[in-house]
Amino acid sequence: MSLRATSRALPAMVKVAFAEAVAYRAEMFVWMLATTMPLVMLALWRAVAAEAPVGRFGPAEFTTYFLSMFIVRQLTGSWVAWELNHEVRSGALSQRLLRPVSPIASYAVENLAALPFRALVAVPIGAVALFVVGRSTLASDGRLWVVWAASMLGGWLITFLVNVGIGALSLYMESSLKFMDIYLTMFMVFSGYLVPVELFPPLVRGAVEWLPFRFQVGLPVELMTGAHPLPEGIRLLAIQWGWVLALSATVAALWRNGLRRYAAYGG
Amino acid sequence: MRGMGRYLGLFWIQLRSSLLLALQYRWDFLVDGAISAFYAATAVAPLLVIFHDRETISGWTAPEALLVSGWFILLDAVIDGAISPSLTSVVDHIRKGTLDFVLLKPADAQFLVSTARFQPWRVTNVAGALVVFGYSFQQLGSSPRLEGVIASLGLLAVSVSLLYSLWILTVSVAFYVVKMDNLIYLFTAIFDAARWPVDVFKGFVRFVFTFIIPLALMTTYPAQALLGKLELRTLLFSVLGGALFAACARLVWLRSIARYTSAGG
Repeated sequence: MSLRATSRALPAMVKVAFAEAVAYRAEMFVWMLATTMPLVMLALWRAVAAEAPVGRFGPAEFTTYFLSMFIVRQLTGSWVAWELNHEVRSGALSQRLLRPVSPIASYAVENLAALPFRALVAVPIGAVALFVVGRSTLASDGRLWVVWAASMLGGWLITFLVNVGIGALSLYMESSLKFMDIYLTMFMVFSGYLVPVELFPPLVRGAVEWLPFRFQVGLPVELMTGAHPLPEGIRLLAIQWGWVLALSATVAALWRNGLRRYAAYGG
Repeated sequence: MRGMGRYLGLFWIQLRSSLLLALQYRWDFLVDGAISAFYAATAVAPLLVIFHDRETISGWTAPEALLVSGWFILLDAVIDGAISPSLTSVVDHIRKGTLDFVLLKPADAQFLVSTARFQPWRVTNVAGALVVFGYSFQQLGSSPRLEGVIASLGLLAVSVSLLYSLWILTVSVAFYVVKMDNLIYLFTAIFDAARWPVDVFKGFVRFVFTFIIPLALMTTYPAQALLGKLELRTLLFSVLGGALFAACARLVWLRSIARYTSAGG
């Protein structure tokens, strides 16, 4: 499972994964619909802000925030935890293990290959948002957009690693999907997905700023909407990538130990 | 009527096997209890943020909106405990082709698949909802009147049948598009909007949530009934609409199951 073998197999893996994403397009479509929650929150918060602004958020700011959230969530999604649970239980993981490429790499490639498909929906909506709401509520500093791009990659990596980590727990127990449910519930509340992080009461906010959830989708959205000046943006990006490193180490250990227990039943 | 008795018997058998299974995993009771407490807390958190600096939103005060959240938690328990486990397994049956074994049995297929699995420990969520109800009435400084309680229980029955019908409709899609593991996430994503009073939404979204995917009926109306603010006319139309919806779902199910091709894959 050397790095060279993986990089040589990469083009073929991307091609296969993309073909798969196209073949199961109905499933993709359902995923897209299932992540339209920010649009509901948009309707809700707009109604709230119409009476009086909340913090610095008026209706226009909420519109930019939740449209950006919609785009970011589409582009940083991952669903490997469910796949891993399913493949461990059915024994399908054995087939992946036979290949000379690490299963984690193949999951990552499959995940990333589905993204162009999602972008088909998310990008036009982003363009419309820009046009309607105007540039004034988006970040204007070009350097901030570089930080944003790095934070998108970091956000996806955190989501992906958490998915693999919780998925790998299914090697230790019958099913780890309950953990995923708990994680998702916390994600919904603390990531900025339902409520912008800066609107939380100070006490909760202090904790949220150090938890991983906010760095999955909240940070990229905040950077897009110009919530942070450049130095603050870079500081937050550093914390985000700290999480990426810490999670990589944890997940690698979980995965390696878990595989020893893998019984490969079924098939 | 003999048919009815037979189905009641079947229902009891299916429920008992789920209960026995649940008793094997007694620890789940504690785990689920902890999750429900946590879940109730997170369901209420966004409300705290919204009502942080104002008295009312679209005519709803904080304790009144909390009541809507309570109904949301309660119905979520019904979905998680009684509706979604069974119907998620149908999707699996359809994909693998093992629905054959269900169809071969001499009882109605929709009945069999809908009662295949329950998760009794989800009762803990109901307790969470009751705590929320109690707290919001304590904040309101009043208590619900008897006719309000009766009306809201009637609406609860209608909502459960509506949720079940919506699930049947969603599952019917699986007969047409085979690989659909994530249908449940679509369903819960839509249902999540029910935690807010429907008056908050405007225009098209509100129309959809009132008439097409009747979330208003499931959480907003029962809360209004408890508050004694629900009009009798709305109540009657809700019951009528619920019955119509259930009939549609049954028709769609019968048409979809006719398309089932077995074979697996």
